[in-house]
Amino acid sequence: MKYSYYPGCTLRTKAKKLDDYARASAKALGFELEELEDWQCCGGVYPLSSDEIGSKLSSVRALNEAKVKGQELVTLCSACHHVIKRVNDDMKNVEDIRTRANNYLKLDEPYLGETEVLHFLEVLRDKVGFDEIKKKVVNPLTGRKIGAYYGCLLLRPSDIIAFDNPENPTIIEDFIRALGAEPVVYPYRNECCGGYISLKDNDLSKKMCNTVMDSAKGFEAEMLVTACPLCQYNLTKNTAGGVPVIYFTEILAEALGVKEEVDA
Amino acid sequence: MHGIGVFVCHCGSNIAATVDVKKVVEMARLEPGVVHAEEYQYMCSEAGQERIATAIREKNLKGIVVCSCSPRMHEATFRKCAEKAGLNPYMVEIANLREQCSWIHKDIEEGTEKAVILARAAIAKVSLNTSLLPGESRVTKRALVIGGGIAGIQTALDIADAGYEVDIVEKTPSIGGKMAQLDKTFPTLDCSACILTPKMVDAAAHERINLYTYSEIEKVSGFVGDFTVDIRKKARYVNMDKCTGCGVCMEKCPSKKALSEFNSGLNNRPAIYTPFAQAIPNVPVIDPTQCTKLKTGKCGICERFCQAGAIDYTQKDEIVTRKYGAIVVATGFEIIKLDNLEEYAYSQSKDVITSLELERIMNAAGPTKGHLERLSDGKAPKNIVFVQCVGSRCDESKGKPYCSKICCMYTAKHAMLIRDKYPDVNVTVFYIDVRTPGKNFDEFYRRAVEEYGVNYVKGQVGKVAPQPDGSLLVHGVDLLDGKQLKISADMVVLAAAVEPSPSVRKIATMLTASIDTNNFLTEAHPKLRPVESPTAGVFLSGICQGPKDIPETVSQAGAAAVKVVGLLAKDKLLTNPCTAKPDELMCNGCGSCANVCPYGAISYEVKEINDHGIRENRRVAVVNSALCQGCGACTVTCPSGTMDLQGFSNRQILAEVDAICR
Amino acid sequence: MEASKKRQSEMVQEISGTNPLKCMKCGKCSASCPAYEKMDIKPHQFVSYVINEDVEALAKCDSLWVCLSCFACVERCPRDVKPGKIVDAARQLAVRQKGGSYLVPDEIPALVDEDLPQQLLVSAFRKFRR
Repeated sequence: MKYSYYPGCTLRTKAKKLDDYARASAKALGFELEELEDWQCCGGVYPLSSDEIGSKLSSVRALNEAKVKGQELVTLCSACHHVIKRVNDDMKNVEDIRTRANNYLKLDEPYLGETEVLHFLEVLRDKVGFDEIKKKVVNPLTGRKIGAYYGCLLLRPSDIIAFDNPENPTIIEDFIRALGAEPVVYPYRNECCGGYISLKDNDLSKKMCNTVMDSAKGFEAEMLVTACPLCQYNLTKNTAGGVPVIYFTEILAEALGVKEEVDA
Repeated sequence: MHGIGVFVCHCGSNIAATVDVKKVVEMARLEPGVVHAEEYQYMCSEAGQERIATAIREKNLKGIVVCSCSPRMHEATFRKCAEKAGLNPYMVEIANLREQCSWIHKDIEEGTEKAVILARAAIAKVSLNTSLLPGESRVTKRALVIGGGIAGIQTALDIADAGYEVDIVEKTPSIGGKMAQLDKTFPTLDCSACILTPKMVDAAAHERINLYTYSEIEKVSGFVGDFTVDIRKKARYVNMDKCTGCGVCMEKCPSKKALSEFNSGLNNRPAIYTPFAQAIPNVPVIDPTQCTKLKTGKCGICERFCQAGAIDYTQKDEIVTRKYGAIVVATGFEIIKLDNLEEYAYSQSKDVITSLELERIMNAAGPTKGHLERLSDGKAPKNIVFVQCVGSRCDESKGKPYCSKICCMYTAKHAMLIRDKYPDVNVTVFYIDVRTPGKNFDEFYRRAVEEYGVNYVKGQVGKVAPQPDGSLLVHGVDLLDGKQLKISADMVVLAAAVEPSPSVRKIATMLTASIDTNNFLTEAHPKLRPVESPTAGVFLSGICQGPKDIPETVSQAGAAAVKVVGLLAKDKLLTNPCTAKPDELMCNGCGSCANVCPYGAISYEVKEINDHGIRENRRVAVVNSALCQGCGACTVTCPSGTMDLQGFSNRQILAEVDAICR
Repeated sequence: MEASKKRQSEMVQEISGTNPLKCMKCGKCSASCPAYEKMDIKPHQFVSYVINEDVEALAKCDSLWVCLSCFACVERCPRDVKPGKIVDAARQLAVRQKGGSYLVPDEIPALVDEDLPQQLLVSAFRKFRR
C-alpha cells in the first residue's frame, strides 16, 4: 500500500527522528510513505478566521497533489495534521473558502476536499491494524510503563479531526499495548503544553507542562510518547526531573527492530 | 353550486393586522356561487357562530367557507355550528388565513393577495362538496397502558377505578419503573418505596387491572375504539402459577455476574432474578444471556432447589392478542449515555457517578446498604461535588437541547440529605441556573443553602481529573467571584440529562403516533390537549411526553385516564366519512392500493360487475371505511384513478389548484 | 479603530464564524482554560463583550497573547459557541492594525535555543503578527 506523505517543516530539521522512525517502521509493516514532491509549510496553526484564505493555500496544494496521485494523504506531526485536516474540511464544506481558494489556485480541476487525510496513527490502527502490528513486533517492550501524550491539536476539535474520543482517547494506549508495553492513563494527557506561548511566556508553558508531567509521573509513567515536536520540546525543556518524552514512532521502530538501523 | 356563504374572521388582530379582511370579503363576493360574504372580529365566538347560523338559515346557504385559523384549531367548531343550523357539516371548508398567511407575512398587500387566493380555492372546493354522513364504530371497553412505572400505574388505577378494564404491559420483570429506584422524593423527602409500593400492590390486586410484565408490544392494528394489539410475553422460564416467590432459586444460582439493572449496574444479580425485593409480580425470570443451563444445558440448580416445581427451561415466548378501545403510552425515560462528556471522567473513575446511581447508594436496599461510600474503595467521602446540567441545555451537537427539569430539585435533595446525615461532608453544587418552579420547590432549595450549608457555586465544571491518590480534582469556575476553582473531591455526582426511553420510537411507529426531534411524543395541542396524541385513541402519560417530576407525572397520569374514560364511556364512535371510495367500474384489481395502505383497510373481492351491459366477475378493491383514515395514499397510487377520497376528491383538489392559478 | 461599536462586534462574529447569542453563560470555557489565571478578560467574558459591543476592550487586552488556541473551550462548550474562535478574531483585529504585532523579528534571536523546533516560530508568527 502506498500513501502520499506530508512530513512538514520540523520533521526535516529538529524532528528528523520522528520522520525517520516512521518511514522505517512503515517499511517494516509493509506500506510506503511517498513524500509529496512539492510540499510547503502548513503554517503551524490553523487560521481560524473565516476571511483568511492565503494561509490555507499551502495545505490545499498538498491535498490536491495527493488527489491527483489518487492517494490518501498521511501526516505525522500533530500540528500539520490538525491544519491540513481542517483545511480539507473547509474545502469540502465551506463554500466561500472553497470558491476563493480555487479561484486563486486555478488548478486543472477544482479541489473540493476529495482527499482522505490520515494521521500515521490512524493508518496503524485502521489500515494495518494493531493486531497485525503485534504480530510483527520483534522486541516487545514488555514491562515498560509508557504514557501517551496527545496534547491539544491531535484530538480537537473532535467533530472535524474525528480521530478518537477527545476527552478519553485510547488510540495511543492501544498502540502502546500492541508493542507489548503497559499504557499509563493519566487525566492531563489531552491538556495543552503551552504550544507557541513558550516563546513569549515561558512561565505559563512551564506551569502547564508541569501539570502534565506531574500527573504522568504520579501514575507511574516511565516515559511519555507524543506525535508533536513542539510538545516534545516544551515538555522536555519546561519540566525539571521529568520522565523522557520521545516520539511515538521511536518506540514503534524499537519494537519492530528497525531502530538501530535508523540510528546508525 | 349556488348558495355559498363566506365568513372572514379577523382573529382580533392576528389576521386583520396583515390581511385586509374587507378586501377579502369584497373579492369573495365576485366568485361564482357566492351569495353571501361578511367579516367579523372573532368568528369562533358565540356571536360569530350565531352570524354563520343566521346566514345559513336566512340565505338558505348550501355550503360555507370560513376564512380563519388552521382547520386543526376550529374546523370542528364550525362544522358543529353548520350542523346546528341545518347544513351537512361536510359542506364546510376552512381557508387558513392565519397560520398559512397572516402569521408568515409582514406586508399587508402580499398578505391580502394570498388571503384572497386561499379563499378562492376554498370556494372552488366547497362548490364541489357533497354531503357526507359519518359511520359508526364500536368501542372495546378496555384500555392498554404501555409502561408500568408510576405514570402507567396511576393511569391504570384511575381508569380501573372508573370501572373499565386495563392491561399494563411492562417490558421489565416488575412494575415500579424508575420511581422504585429512588430513595427519597422531593420536596417532602418521603421515602419513594413507601409511597410507590402501595400503589404497585393496588394495581396488582385490582380486579380490573391485568399485568403483563416482562412483555413487549409486538404489533398494533385497528383504530380508536377498536385496536388489536399483539403482546409478546417473553419466556420467564418460571411458571407464574406455581412459583411461590420464596427466592431460594436466586440464592442458589451460581451465575451471579450480570449487572443489576435495578441498582444501575453498581452490583451484580443472579441469572434468575427479580429486580428488587418488592417486585410485583414476585416471580423471578431467568436471563437467557446469563443462565448456564440455557446456554450450555448444564447446571439446573434452580430447578433442583425449587420446591414448587416452577422452573421450566422449555418455556417459549408467547404472543397474546388483545383488543382495546384506547392506548396510553407511559414508556418513561432513561439517563443519557455520557460518552460525549468524558471530560467529567464518568468512565474513568468509579467515584464519578450519576444521580440515579447515587439514589441507589443512598438507598438502604442498595449496593452499599444505604451507607454513603465510594465505589472504588468503600471509604466515606469527605468532599462531594455535584455537577448540574450534564448533557442538558446543550447545542444539539453536544447533547440534549432541553432542560431536564428534575435535576435542580433532586440535586438539592441529595445535597440536603447528605449534609443532614453526614454533617462533616462538604457538598459543593456547580449550577448554571437553579430552576425551582414548583410548589414548595424554591423553599426547598433555599433550605439546602441556608439550613444545610450546601455550597452552591454559579459556574460549570470543565474537567474532572482522577488523581493518583484516588481523589478527583474538579476544575470549575466561580463566575460570581471571578475565580477558576480546583476542588479536590472524593466523589463527583453528575446530573445527567434524561431522554425518552429508546423503546418509544418503535412503539410510536406501531401506533402511528408522532414524536418530536428529541423522541418525545407530540401532544395533539401543546396547551389545550396535552395528554392526547394527534393519533385518535392514543394518550400520553409521564416523561414520554416531556421531562417532568413525580407530582406532575401523577397529575398527567390522572388527566390521561380521564380522557381514556371519556372515550370508553361511549358505546359507539362516529367515524370520519372522508374515506377512500373505489369506482368498481374502473378497478382492475392490481393490488397497488392495498400495498400502500398503512391501515390495512383495503381488501379485494370478486364481484359481479355490470360494465355497460356486460356482466362479468372481476376482482375489485373494497375499502373498510371503519379502518380507513383518509390519508389518501391509495388515491395517488392507483394507476387507473379508481380510488377517490370522499371530501378530498381529485376533482375538488384540481378545482382548488385551478382557482389558485387563475 | 474607526468602525462603529456595532460594526466591530459584527466583524468579530463574521471573522470567527460564531454566534455569541447561543451562549447560556455557564462558564465551562473559563473552567477549562489553562491560561485563565493570566487572562485579564476571561474566556466567557469574551462572549459577552461581543454581545455588549465592547470589542475595543477585547482588541487591547492581554488575554489575546496568552490564549493558546488549544481548543479546550471550543471542544467543551455545551452550546457550541466556540469562545476560542472569538478570542482569535479579536486578536486578528489587533494584529491587523498598524503596529499591532505582538512579536517583532528582532526579538527572535534572544528567544531561541538550540532545540527549538521550527514549528514553534512558524506558529508564533502566525498568531502574533499579521
